[in-house]
Amino acid sequence: MLEIKNLHATVDGREILKGLDLTVPAGEVHAIMGPNGSGKSTLSYVLAGKEDYEVTDGTITWKGENLLDMDPEERAAAGVFLAFQYPMEIPGVATMTFLRSAVNAVRKARGQEEFSTPDFLRIVKEKAKLLKIDMAMLRRPLNVGFSGGEKKRNEILQMSLLEPDLCILDETDSGLDIDALRIVSEGVNALRSPERSMLVITHYQRLLNYIVPDRVHVLSKGRVARSGGPELALELEKSGYADYGQDEASAA
Amino acid sequence: MPAVDETVERVKEIDVDKYKYGFTTDIESVKAPKGNEDIVRFISAKKDEPEWLLEWRLEAYRRWRTMREPTWAKVHYPKIDFEDLYYYAAPKSTEGPKSLAEVDPELLATYEKLGIPLKEQEVLAGVQGAPKVAVDAVFDSVSVVTTFREELAKAGVIFCSISEAVREHPELVKKYLGSVVPVTDNFYATLNSAVFSDGSFVYVPEGVRCPMELSTYFRINAENTGQFERTLIIADKGAYVSYLEGCTAPMRDENQLHAAVVELVALEDAEIKYSTVQNWYPGDAEGKGGVYNFVTKRGDCRGDRSKISWTQVETGSAITWKYPSCILRGHGSRGEFYSIAISNGYQQVDSGTKMIHLGRDTSSRIISKGIAAGYSDNTYRGLVSAHRKATNARNFTCCDSLLIGDKCGAHTIPYIEAKNASATFEHEATTSKISDDQLFYCLSRGLSEEEAVALIVNGFVRDVLQQLPMEFMAETQKLIGISLEGSVG
Ligand SMILES: Nc1ncnc2c1ncn2[C@@H]1O[C@H](COP(=O)(O)OP(=O)(O)O)[C@@H](O)[C@H]1O
Ligand SMILES: [Mg+2]
Repeated sequence: MLEIKNLHATVDGREILKGLDLTVPAGEVHAIMGPNGSGKSTLSYVLAGKEDYEVTDGTITWKGENLLDMDPEERAAAGVFLAFQYPMEIPGVATMTFLRSAVNAVRKARGQEEFSTPDFLRIVKEKAKLLKIDMAMLRRPLNVGFSGGEKKRNEILQMSLLEPDLCILDETDSGLDIDALRIVSEGVNALRSPERSMLVITHYQRLLNYIVPDRVHVLSKGRVARSGGPELALELEKSGYADYGQDEASAA
Repeated sequence: MPAVDETVERVKEIDVDKYKYGFTTDIESVKAPKGNEDIVRFISAKKDEPEWLLEWRLEAYRRWRTMREPTWAKVHYPKIDFEDLYYYAAPKSTEGPKSLAEVDPELLATYEKLGIPLKEQEVLAGVQGAPKVAVDAVFDSVSVVTTFREELAKAGVIFCSISEAVREHPELVKKYLGSVVPVTDNFYATLNSAVFSDGSFVYVPEGVRCPMELSTYFRINAENTGQFERTLIIADKGAYVSYLEGCTAPMRDENQLHAAVVELVALEDAEIKYSTVQNWYPGDAEGKGGVYNFVTKRGDCRGDRSKISWTQVETGSAITWKYPSCILRGHGSRGEFYSIAISNGYQQVDSGTKMIHLGRDTSSRIISKGIAAGYSDNTYRGLVSAHRKATNARNFTCCDSLLIGDKCGAHTIPYIEAKNASATFEHEATTSKISDDQLFYCLSRGLSEEEAVALIVNGFVRDVLQQLPMEFMAETQKLIGISLEGSVG
């Protein structure tokens, strides 16, 4: 279970999150919606432990532990995974090499044995197939020259390999055409389980037709302005975010 | 930015124990007297050298007394007292071992610690079909053992220490020694010519493809000693050889001097591939100690369509002053230079290459990857020149620098001279930093900072890594990780 209480966070001295409360029980999928610039990505970075994001007040408890005490790689080992809105490119590093380093690092930290090369290959092949990723793509340098869809599918592949139990998806639907959206959503749905919590961040209701959330929260001006069931997303689809105000210095 | 402050902290912590080859070996040694011409006579006598070689050395020595240390490189160090240096140290018990059995067990233990497969049996006992590597091991100033000699001899390949070559193959040594790097070439090369102690000699006869990788491991052990190896490799017409040089030195407070000379000669249609993994002791966290590496390496593409390719991975030494070069004399000859130079702590690297196009239709390619971390300085210095007669000379140069932290420096100094209008020289250069976003992306996937940096750097140098013989690639990737330990926060 993830419990966020009265979270205040600043970036470059500017307060972006201003007293955010949120609880995601194990096994549930919660959607975070909100206008551009409302602090959705900021929340995801704070959860993953990005260093320029300073928490000035409040607590984050993950499975009873203080998440804010952990380094980013410790959070990864503890089961936190962020599918980035803008995945980074790493020239010269084959995607496969990256996947393998990450999986082995996390397994080592969790006290599990590293995969042998054949085992690892078999598992990657299996999971890549579900996401319609062909092996040729995995031989290319990480995210370099990948299309938007390829990058997002690669994020979900990493998610399925690292076996997290807190999955944070930051606008995974942006830039995807309808086929890619379906493939990615199926990949995500396959990972739903009673142990796993998911935080699905999106600007549009569309994604939530495929990944049906248990709860929907609307983020505005750095706080949760409203919460409800899946029907809240539909309502927002009609009325837009006008009621919640576009934030002063909005950014995508 | 917090990342930078922490980088500085971490760099301060770079610990000498991170240099895993920093052990010394207790072996009695014989040292030459210091300070005058007697040094040269002593060394020559120790090695039972013929008169012509003694004369050659003495001439170099007299010449050297009139020369001054070069100061144009972007490196700074306290003055070296050349009068107070031992120019020769040899393990006492190893004067002329006939076989492995006669080699001091302490020495063998040292090489074992270094992971050098000296014992052929062990290599042979390895995985079936595993590549064989013949090794010449040089300890302080003396070559202690060369492996796989019989098998090489069957192919007609001569691979032995240069002292032995002087005795057994004087005609070859006389013909080629100093023919690429003349005695008068530069301060360090001239000094080397006077006092060189040992090194490797390779001759691959006409039309022969050397059946295995050749490799030399150099280790400096004795205190206060300069190491001056001399390597000479000749590929006769149509021959091919791939040679790898590896280096380590123990941790010492004083700086150790290393001034080697390497000469390569490629005749018609011959090809020499020379790879170096240089991992001398880089000095401690304050920049104390470490090896001064002042090396002259040059290849002569003497025959038409010959090819020489230098690949270097430079991670060690307090100071590196090194410009492996190619003289493209033969028509249609080709020179290549692939370099990875990593500097961390207070290391200073001034390295690059010279491609001298003399013949028609000659081509050259330079790929240099410099990685600077900590307080280090990393300079690429390269010359590409085309002579009046070098019609259609072509060069492609690409120099990429990667900075880790903001206390280090990377510099690119290319010199280009074209005296023939048909020359096409292309030059590309980039400087980049490991971004915090890239690092965070890796961390969020569970990698530690050190693993993340090693991964990103290995990606950055990939084009060059691929030039290394397969056998050494994995080892080198690890070495790159080790050299950058503590470079990032
Ligand atoms: N690195 C940063 N430096 C300064 N301001 C930032 C930074 N990152 C985000 N912001 C600001 O924080 C606010 C919230 O941004 P973000 O969390 O990306 O919103 P969302 O993901 O909801 O669109 C925006 O006003 C944005 O300009
Ligand atoms: Mg966003």
